[in-house]
Amino acid sequence: MEATKITLIRSTKGRRGLGLGLADVWAYRELLYFLAWRDVKVRYKQTLLGVLWVVLQPLVSMVIFTVLFGILLQVDSGDVPYPVFALAGLLPWNYFSQALTRSSTSVVNSAHLVTKIYFPRLVIPLSGILSSLVDFAIAFGALVVLMVVYRIAPTPALLVLPALVLLAMVTALGFGLWLSALNVKYRDVNYLLPFLIQIWMYVTPVVYGSNLLPERFRFLLSLNPMTGVVEGFRWAILGPAGVGDYLSAPLIGVSVAISLGVLISGLIFFRDTERTFADIV
Amino acid sequence: MNDIAIKIENIGKMYRIGAAQARHDTLRDALVARLRRDGRSRENEILWALKDVSFEVERGEVVGVIGRNGAGKSTLLKILSRITEPTMGHAEIHGRVGSLLEVGTGFHPELTGRENIYLNGAILGMRRVEIDRKFDEIVAFSEIERFLDTPVKRYSSGMYVRLAFAVAAHLEPEILLVDEVLAVGDAAFQKKCLGKMGDVAKEGRTVLFVSHNMVAVQTLCQRVFWIDAGRLKAQGGVNEIVTAYLRAGLGEDGANERVWPDMATAPGNETVRLHRIAVRPEDGVPGDVITMQTPLCIEVEYWNLLPEEHLHATLHIFNDQGIVAFTTGPVADPVMHRRPPAGLFRSVCHIPGSLLNSGFHHAGLFLVRGSTSTTYQQDGVIGFEVIDNAERKFAWYGKEPGVLCPRLHWSTEYLGGRV
Repeated sequence: MEATKITLIRSTKGRRGLGLGLADVWAYRELLYFLAWRDVKVRYKQTLLGVLWVVLQPLVSMVIFTVLFGILLQVDSGDVPYPVFALAGLLPWNYFSQALTRSSTSVVNSAHLVTKIYFPRLVIPLSGILSSLVDFAIAFGALVVLMVVYRIAPTPALLVLPALVLLAMVTALGFGLWLSALNVKYRDVNYLLPFLIQIWMYVTPVVYGSNLLPERFRFLLSLNPMTGVVEGFRWAILGPAGVGDYLSAPLIGVSVAISLGVLISGLIFFRDTERTFADIV
Repeated sequence: MNDIAIKIENIGKMYRIGAAQARHDTLRDALVARLRRDGRSRENEILWALKDVSFEVERGEVVGVIGRNGAGKSTLLKILSRITEPTMGHAEIHGRVGSLLEVGTGFHPELTGRENIYLNGAILGMRRVEIDRKFDEIVAFSEIERFLDTPVKRYSSGMYVRLAFAVAAHLEPEILLVDEVLAVGDAAFQKKCLGKMGDVAKEGRTVLFVSHNMVAVQTLCQRVFWIDAGRLKAQGGVNEIVTAYLRAGLGEDGANERVWPDMATAPGNETVRLHRIAVRPEDGVPGDVITMQTPLCIEVEYWNLLPEEHLHATLHIFNDQGIVAFTTGPVADPVMHRRPPAGLFRSVCHIPGSLLNSGFHHAGLFLVRGSTSTTYQQDGVIGFEVIDNAERKFAWYGKEPGVLCPRLHWSTEYLGGRV
């Protein structure tokens, strides 16, 4: 006979152990899957163009940026045509901004679940990170088409792409955990988020290359983990031609370290505040 | 082997009311509050939604939790469901828990019935293979086969609820925590739900059932916990506790009997003073339970201060929504003197059984002089609860619609003819 599961219920205030609740998330992986699946299913319901929007959004941005930065401002994109250069930067950036927005607003948007049923709350922001991957994968198809059009062949560097996507996920989740937990108590997050993302995009080399900056200031860029993701992404897809001499192992190292730091602190903060979510959301 | 399914000890849950109201506050508020160091002033706005509640539920028991709105029943269920943490005390739950605080948690209006079955099932804690296995059964139970691939936003509310309950009903936890789910759906579906709940109980699973519906509680449960103002007021056999609870309810918003012994301080004016007003079953005393079938009396005693003045009482009976169910006054009262003396009078209004609907009622009293001018009037002078009695077992469990619920004579006859 199966042993009876015993659940102990008490206040965990000041009684948290070292665990981050990741085992609980694993136990609820099917719910995680269904929540992400729901997000994907629902997103483009009742739209005419449906999933086409996923491709249109980065393409339209690409056209705007190409006109603005590629043609009018003559931003240096190395040996790569500017449209490809811009799209290769926009894809990881769009993924990040979408994943961050979704996870940051996820707990508040799921208030009806949080107040009615128990499950590890971590599942909620995680599902936002995962469901955004689907959009990313579809939009990636547009980049492939564009590369064929411009006759750009992929290099072996393409193999590091999954690692860079993972880094983007980790970064989005880390900040998303902080913001989603804060959002439960302070709805300021909802208003702050669009500005935060806009400013963040311009300090990340999405529409320009980091070689635009004088060399002595480039270390500042490396403090932003998304710099590593975006530049790494270009390098993986377009080869060294897309990045110039900028990308280096130390830069990626700093990005990874900062991302992990934010992720771990975010997990701790989320864990310590989630017990009050149902009471105050 | 241990036969305890749920054991809770000194559970308490505290809310800061001040803080709760300032919830959607902004960072600025928090910063200002911190600067002013006025966190202390909020400490007196503490509410214990639950305090010092301890009890045990044995494996296989079906236990009801009753109490007024805001007594702490739902908080208790939320703590046992692990939605919110207790502030003090602890609880142990032995077995896999399924909790149903509402039906259709997580239903998404844009998704189809089929998709919502999977989503809702996952949210309730079912495994995907489990849902696959029970899918046909769930669909059959919900009776929505034809609309399985229609978004649920196009469903009628009845279909929505049926589907939601169907998913929930196929949960197979060892311990089921249920909050008021029977308050939904039409009569036929309620019957089905109740049957399902009965099956769950027969399968030896433990059920904690929170409800306002005494009929359902009496049908389903053997034992009852009565929560009042955050504390466990009583526990015991279902009939004993439900009766005690209903009796206590009578005194809530107006006792069944009010007496003003001193004429000088009694409500009234220079022409009339109230002495006593009471509601009782025709053959009982004030405080006895009044069901929908009980014939009852409303007694009004008053001092008529002016001799030779003809007074009569009129009652307005209101239901719990403040709607006047009816007004009544003496039509022709042979006892009434033509030229009455000053002194104490008693008027009794007899209300037949099978007339009033269930729920709380209150009466407004008018004392009318010479059948034209109101000399004294008091609203809500007395209140009483009319209990929905269990006679309609296994039919409609909700309240009948309507201000009154009279039992009327019907006849049906065959008129012949071809069809």
